[in-house]
Amino acid sequence: MNSLIPLLIAAPLAGAALLLLGGRALDRFGHWIATALAALSFAFGLTLFADMLGRDAEHRAVTERLFSWIPVNGFQADVSFQLDQLSITFVLLITGVGTLIHLYSVGYMAHDERRRRFFAYLNLFLAAMLVLVLADNYLLLYLGWEGVGLASYLLIGFWQHKPSAATAAKKAFIVNRVGDMGLSIAIMLMFVEFGSFAFQPVFAGAGGASEGKLTAIGLMLLLAACGKSAQVPLQSWLGDAMEGPTPVSALIHAATMVTAGVYLIVRSGAIFNLAPDAQTAVVVVGTVTLLFGAVVGCAKDDIKKALAGSTMSQIGYMIMAAGLGPIGYAFAIMHLVTHGFFKAGLFLGAGSVMHGMNDEVNMRHYGGLRTYMPVTFATFGLGYLAIIGFPGLSGFFSKDKIIEAAFAKGGTEGWILGLCALLGAAITAFYMTRVMVLTFFGEKRWQPDAEGNDPHPHESPKSMTVPMIVLAFGSVFAGGLFVYGNSFLHWLEPVTGHAEGDSPLSQWTVTGLATVCMLVGAALAWQMYGRNPVPVKAPIGSLLTRAARRDLLQDDFNHAVLVRPGSALAATLVWFDSRGLDGFVNGLAAAIGGISSRLRRIQTGYVRTYALSMFGGTLVLVASTLLMRSV
Amino acid sequence: MNPANYLYLAALLFTIGASGVLLRRNAIVLFMCVELMLNASNLALVTFSRMHGNLDGQILAFFTMVVAAAEVVVGLAIIVSIFRTRHSASVDDSNLMKL
Repeated sequence: MNSLIPLLIAAPLAGAALLLLGGRALDRFGHWIATALAALSFAFGLTLFADMLGRDAEHRAVTERLFSWIPVNGFQADVSFQLDQLSITFVLLITGVGTLIHLYSVGYMAHDERRRRFFAYLNLFLAAMLVLVLADNYLLLYLGWEGVGLASYLLIGFWQHKPSAATAAKKAFIVNRVGDMGLSIAIMLMFVEFGSFAFQPVFAGAGGASEGKLTAIGLMLLLAACGKSAQVPLQSWLGDAMEGPTPVSALIHAATMVTAGVYLIVRSGAIFNLAPDAQTAVVVVGTVTLLFGAVVGCAKDDIKKALAGSTMSQIGYMIMAAGLGPIGYAFAIMHLVTHGFFKAGLFLGAGSVMHGMNDEVNMRHYGGLRTYMPVTFATFGLGYLAIIGFPGLSGFFSKDKIIEAAFAKGGTEGWILGLCALLGAAITAFYMTRVMVLTFFGEKRWQPDAEGNDPHPHESPKSMTVPMIVLAFGSVFAGGLFVYGNSFLHWLEPVTGHAEGDSPLSQWTVTGLATVCMLVGAALAWQMYGRNPVPVKAPIGSLLTRAARRDLLQDDFNHAVLVRPGSALAATLVWFDSRGLDGFVNGLAAAIGGISSRLRRIQTGYVRTYALSMFGGTLVLVASTLLMRSV
Repeated sequence: MNPANYLYLAALLFTIGASGVLLRRNAIVLFMCVELMLNASNLALVTFSRMHGNLDGQILAFFTMVVAAAEVVVGLAIIVSIFRTRHSASVDDSNLMKL
């Protein structure tokens, strides 16, 4: 049964290779091959899951060593996979949502002539992401980590003829590189400290290592997570990444890849548990990002960018929960899974709306679409209710658990974190209600597109609506299923461990507060956008709105703090190189050349000159000999 | 007769030879001047042999003669071949060995 684990990865990898190498012959049906292989991978995942359920909790984790990758004396890197409760959760999420999004893309990309390549990249992404979550050592995880980064780059820049998409792809790649550097440094530190980078020896040895070293490793892992999961301060790439096709935004930049940072932190729990300073840093990053992303989401008029801000904010929740230690690990993953459902569903809904509206993304040009796109409206609406935490839906349960865990941290910290999380919940309700109202309610504010065609909104084809419906089911029921009898917690407990904190508030108080916050946020948005007419052109807005439209000045900050000093440094170095170093070297050469051309005049070619120098030399020798004698 | 006089003569001859080498242009004359310098040094060697009362100087003079004879053979051959190709025996015309 364990031999299925490599096949899980091999199926999409083979699909990517086949589609990339197969050429035009596969243009007509290549996308179905890719979808079938993704589904096959999902089937393997389900089989392994069923097999795992058949064993008791202690024996569920299995490892499958495939081959030795880099066998050098003290340095043993294996291609070896570990399938435990945490991995299988991700495997099912990745392959399940992945298959649905493959299916959706069949309809969404129907008119794109490079569709085969798109599906090849999607399959490549699935394979890399599976390597990431199945690896049993950090080096193989790093391979998957870079693989998803590559797939993300290729897919963001898929419409590379648009300069904005090409730039966004480069930006994502470069910002991610900063995080990747953190991961590679963490791996090196682990190797130096523990002599290995496989999970088992590292986690077993963590108890014997000094806290300073563990903190260093933890901070480097956090840097890696910040890059991949778009957390402050490496968050700037996610908004621009929305230049990619919408299925990509749904799969990579909402449901799976951006949550890899959460996986990394939860997986490395044994290190973080022993490094409280690193944990504090994780919590701070998560809390700041959850508010940051939420504020950005409130101001954006581009539907995908509003959802991107929301993604950032929701991942902030997960990172915060992961930073709380054993109180929060399982809930971080639970929110990650439910978020995977509802956010992928929301993005697919946004894609469906764009599909019907001539690829218009500005929500101020939508309005009143609910009667024209009933399926999209229903599924998007369910996703919306789930994300704002409407009682009974997925987001309600998972977010509630995180807020409880934040309070359970205890002390002043607990109060601060809990209140920030509640504030975030209110803002979430505000911006999601705004998206919902601007898109589906109110009067029609449709505008003709650049070529003057008026939009004729229509429901999307079956291949697009079916995945949306399935994801809507997930958005509604997953959370309830997970908290019923604490099944998800018990499922993950053997891997992540669990601790109950001491919350100053009872569970029901927290739930009540969260619901009140949600209702206040939603009501405020309804008051602002539902009851009053929405201007087609965005008003100038307050200072905060204007800052939030510019992503809270993140690019300006990066530009001022990093880009400008960087280019000034580069210009100085170029000047030093061309004037200083080159000047010195060229000057030296010119001086030698000048001296040589004068010296060569000595060589006349006349015999008598040489004869005279010989006589003169002899005379000097004789004279000096005589002089030495006489002294 | 004072042997020093021979040395004066040898010095005179050597100076005449050296001046000829430096001042004349004809390769044949130059060659003769070189021979004059060699013979001047031979005379000095023989004189020293006489002054010190041993045969070392005379033996060395013989060596000089043999080497000079060999040198004349090679040198004249070179001069003849240069004259054939360049139609001139002037050493200043053979000044191509420079940059």
